[in-house]
Amino acid sequence: MCGIVGLFLKDPKLEPKLGAMLADMLITMTDRGPDSAGIAIYSGARDGIGKITVQSADPGRDFRNLDADLHDAIGQPVLMLEKSTHAVLEVPIGQLEAARTAISHLRPAIKIMSVGDSIEIFKEVGLPKDVAARFAVSKMKGTHGIGHTRMATESAVTTMGAHPFSTGSDQCLVHNGSLSNHNAVRRELRRHGMTFETENDTEVAAAFISHKLSEGQSLGSAMEATLTDLDGFFTFVVGTRNGFGVVRDPIACKPAVMAETDAYVAFGSEYRALVNLPGIEEARVWEPEPATVYFWER
Amino acid sequence: MQTFDLGSEGLRALNAALHALKGQTNMTSWEVVNPRGAHAIAAGVDAPVDITVRGSTGYYCAGMNKLATIRVKGSVGPGVAENMMSGTVIIDGDASQYAGATGRGGLLVIKGNASSRCGISMKGIDIVVHGSIGHMSAFMAQSGNLVVLGDAGEALGDSLYEARIFVRGKVKSLGADCIEKEMRDEHFAALEELLRRGEADAKARPEEFRRYGSARKLYNFNIDNASAY
Repeated sequence: MCGIVGLFLKDPKLEPKLGAMLADMLITMTDRGPDSAGIAIYSGARDGIGKITVQSADPGRDFRNLDADLHDAIGQPVLMLEKSTHAVLEVPIGQLEAARTAISHLRPAIKIMSVGDSIEIFKEVGLPKDVAARFAVSKMKGTHGIGHTRMATESAVTTMGAHPFSTGSDQCLVHNGSLSNHNAVRRELRRHGMTFETENDTEVAAAFISHKLSEGQSLGSAMEATLTDLDGFFTFVVGTRNGFGVVRDPIACKPAVMAETDAYVAFGSEYRALVNLPGIEEARVWEPEPATVYFWER
Repeated sequence: MQTFDLGSEGLRALNAALHALKGQTNMTSWEVVNPRGAHAIAAGVDAPVDITVRGSTGYYCAGMNKLATIRVKGSVGPGVAENMMSGTVIIDGDASQYAGATGRGGLLVIKGNASSRCGISMKGIDIVVHGSIGHMSAFMAQSGNLVVLGDAGEALGDSLYEARIFVRGKVKSLGADCIEKEMRDEHFAALEELLRRGEADAKARPEEFRRYGSARKLYNFNIDNASAY
């Protein structure tokens, strides 16, 4: 099954509550997938600051003095915020690639969750309520965010197999469904220089969209291309620095409900996920059409 | 009137109370408040009672209904009135996938739109949709009537058996072995009655509809194909 939730705020007054609203929505979807859970949050860009979210199976070892070591490596100030098995490293925006390379040398066991000027991704094996508590999701602020709770089908239950997947700067994707041609698409994307962390089908969908965006396509046309090039069942929710998109395959057997008010656009695998949102009684609530791309940008 | 608060009393208690109603009962009128998208609300009821759900529901609302009249003052998730046996289910809002799937009898009315696979494998149920329906509706439908005041999506009535389909609006495409058929007097009469029971007689007239049914080529064995087996 899997459960997806997403929230794209139009009203800045709700931004301090983004994490709390998303966590509540995600916990409601627990029985759609208890294997692992994750959240991507766009906390808003700050002038000149880039962020790398990293994960370690042994944070006590890997995160100790990581900020100082990274500072020495790139010769620039580094701020580290540790959250359980994850840490967010803030570096000057121009140093993101250098920092990423340095991290892979300094701490080879560390996994990169996301890179960008706004995105942070936190994901782990376990129930949504435990994952949300571990990373204090309900305290997070931001402009938009996506959450996922996984019932694994295509690959193993691991931290790296959890969603969201991020394969490009400030980009992420979550998926309900399964893809059947992901091996062929992965080979094709590798030829174009994309790299992969897992054997997971969803990571291929994320990389597919990242590749289209890197070719200069818009979010809308990149999502449109999933309908012709990806085979299988999918409801995708996609995040970019300033955008939020939804697309379902033409068969559309994976459920999806959307709600829109003047204050937000919300996505849920089920209506249950949306019932605590402010003004939901007056919201326009609809089921996204099959093979139709929906996206919003700020 | 029995008022049941799903928020405080819970789904199992509601369905246990409804399942305890058998045959004649004095508790003939029920109201369910705070449904908040919960699944299986009023599923498996087997008594001639009236139930009104005040809000939107999740999966399988009114599933397997027998005898009861169930109204939802909101929208419903996938599988509303799935395998309904008899009675009436009336949805004020929209319905998600496979509304009325495999229904054996009774009447399902959807005042908004229904999405994909509406009436899939229906076997005797009557379904009246005031809005439009999605793709693959009435797939392998065996008997009963599907009435649509709006439009129908792709592959309507694919692999159809003997269910009748009436559509007032546009049909995006017909599925395999589904064809348009003439409207005869008996169809106008049946449709008039369905529109009245479906609370749609003020919105539409039988002569505005086209009828679709099975060409009967797919489910009859064709002796010319014997060598293929």
